[in-house]
Amino acid sequence: MKKFVSLFVLAALVCALLLSGCGSSKTLTLNVYNWGEYISDGAEDSFDTIREFEKWYEANYGQKLKVNYDTYASNEDMYSKISSGAVSYDVIIPSDYMIARMIAEDMLLPLDFDNIPNYQYIDEGFRGLYYDPDNQYTVPYTYGIVGIIYNANVVDEGDVGGWDLMWNSKYAGNILQFNNSRDAFATAQYKLGLDVNDSSKASWDAALAELKTQAPLVKSYVMDEIYNMMESGEAAVGAYYAGDYFIMLDAQADNIDLQFYYPEPTNYFVDAMCIPKSAQNKELAEIFINYMLSAEPAIANAEYIYYASPNSLVYEDADYADELGEEAMEILYPGIEDFSALYNEYAYRNLDAETLDYVNTLWEELKIS
Amino acid sequence: MKPISKVYTALIMLFLFAPIAILLVFSFNLAKSLSVFSHFSLYWYRELFRDSETLGAVRNTLVLAVSAALISTVMGTAAAVGINKLRSKYLRTMMDTVTNIPMINPDIITGISLMLMFVFVGRLFGAATSLNFATMLIAHVTFCLPYVILQVLPKLQQMDRSLPEAAMDLGCTPLRAFFKVEIPEILPGVITGLIMAFTLSLDDFVISYFTAGNGFQTLPIRIYNMTKKTVTPKMYALATIIFFVILALLLISNLSDSDSAETVKKAKRKKAKAKEAVST
Repeated sequence: MKKFVSLFVLAALVCALLLSGCGSSKTLTLNVYNWGEYISDGAEDSFDTIREFEKWYEANYGQKLKVNYDTYASNEDMYSKISSGAVSYDVIIPSDYMIARMIAEDMLLPLDFDNIPNYQYIDEGFRGLYYDPDNQYTVPYTYGIVGIIYNANVVDEGDVGGWDLMWNSKYAGNILQFNNSRDAFATAQYKLGLDVNDSSKASWDAALAELKTQAPLVKSYVMDEIYNMMESGEAAVGAYYAGDYFIMLDAQADNIDLQFYYPEPTNYFVDAMCIPKSAQNKELAEIFINYMLSAEPAIANAEYIYYASPNSLVYEDADYADELGEEAMEILYPGIEDFSALYNEYAYRNLDAETLDYVNTLWEELKIS
Repeated sequence: MKPISKVYTALIMLFLFAPIAILLVFSFNLAKSLSVFSHFSLYWYRELFRDSETLGAVRNTLVLAVSAALISTVMGTAAAVGINKLRSKYLRTMMDTVTNIPMINPDIITGISLMLMFVFVGRLFGAATSLNFATMLIAHVTFCLPYVILQVLPKLQQMDRSLPEAAMDLGCTPLRAFFKVEIPEILPGVITGLIMAFTLSLDDFVISYFTAGNGFQTLPIRIYNMTKKTVTPKMYALATIIFFVILALLLISNLSDSDSAETVKKAKRKKAKAKEAVST
């Protein structure tokens, strides 16, 4: 018993030593808040973005820097943490609709683009997007397009195309639908040619009716469970983001042949780097954003996350194209001429509270029936 | 009856340990998938030990759990001694109830209210950020404390009150009597409280989630945040390691328990023999 207690105290002392080891006085700190698994972190011999940035900063500015890198699981989690005022981050990477909301609520700082010269490499199509029409607050990090993933060993080639595949009764019990009201309703709205940002109840009612006809065919409503279910062949049809398809492709079982296509119209999203009002060191944050746009980290991140990059240093890079392969390049970069036009028409916007409430009631109605 | 009870036990064991077994097996899988076992490999273990962010989260979790357990054990033992000494029955019942509140309270309410309090106090002092390691530690001590008191208080009540009195009669100062007589008597309760506090702090997600500050994320939070994409098999490897470490700790503590139980038995036998010798 006594041994046990002394062991415990010893462990505590070791821990205290470890803690004190990281708290030296003359280092700068930068607090970064990003999605989980959304940066190249040195896993599987990749580029360790955060550690490399610390080294790069010390080499160029002669001062030690410590980056506190924290993660979140959803835009809403991030929003509630930041708006509580309990934490302060220098750089955050939310999605478009959340950026629009944060700008409206005066939670972001305008960027000083003199500190972000690499912004010149961002494609023209990613400027003037609805959430930041004057390009004041954001630098796009990744973008993605929703497509349909199917197992070609189950699905006939003739049935492929458009959103109809997800309503095809031939594949009853093989179809996966989003377990998230906005994404699920959007599949029906795109199928019916409705506006996903409509605030009229009739439009949402129509989408609900469509989802109800689909319900008997749906195997289950899923989010990240879709990876395992598609990889193992438990399900044969499901909608998800293009980049995530490659993760499934990597892990598919022997008798599975996963394929991908874009229905039209479909959903587009952009995640962008911004600086919240509570930032402690704005200039350092801008240096970090600029670093993230430079070739080596930008390419490493695009390869790690598998999402498309709006940065021309990435998509014009020959090694990057080689690494991904021709097929993946075609899927990730489908040659959209005017991204901003498509995006501004079909991307999600922040719904007003009343519509959100209504959508949630409809969603519950669907899940109960 | 017998075969039925055997089947029942087997089923319970299956449901308890099948998930862990699956995790364990797939942590040695070279492929990233949970559906295909391609090759036996230690690849994900190697990956785990190169992932500085995850290792940092493990370190944070351990530092937090060990310090929260130690602080709440010391505070909880002191509180239990105090509650035990209360003369008024009503006061004692009241203290009991008050200390039980954090235990009965849903985690989410404890978490949110603690966060609000920290933010409020932080604003009062004009701090830019109000959550940090210290606030998280306070939160963890808060919910560990009642469990320690719950373990120690019964031991104090079982203890013969005349023991410390006798010690003081023989010239001990009250403090010395406490450390030399009372503490050894209640030690099993204190240690159980310590272990409980440690495990509770280790696997807490909800309260940590609300009180986590900049640059101090614990392991449960990190794993949860991976669910936007897939949880990588690195985490299976980590869970396997944690499982075996806990198993080893359990075995060690059980072995040392049975050791001390045997020495107690021996001592009792000796006493009985001595009594016989005296009576004859």
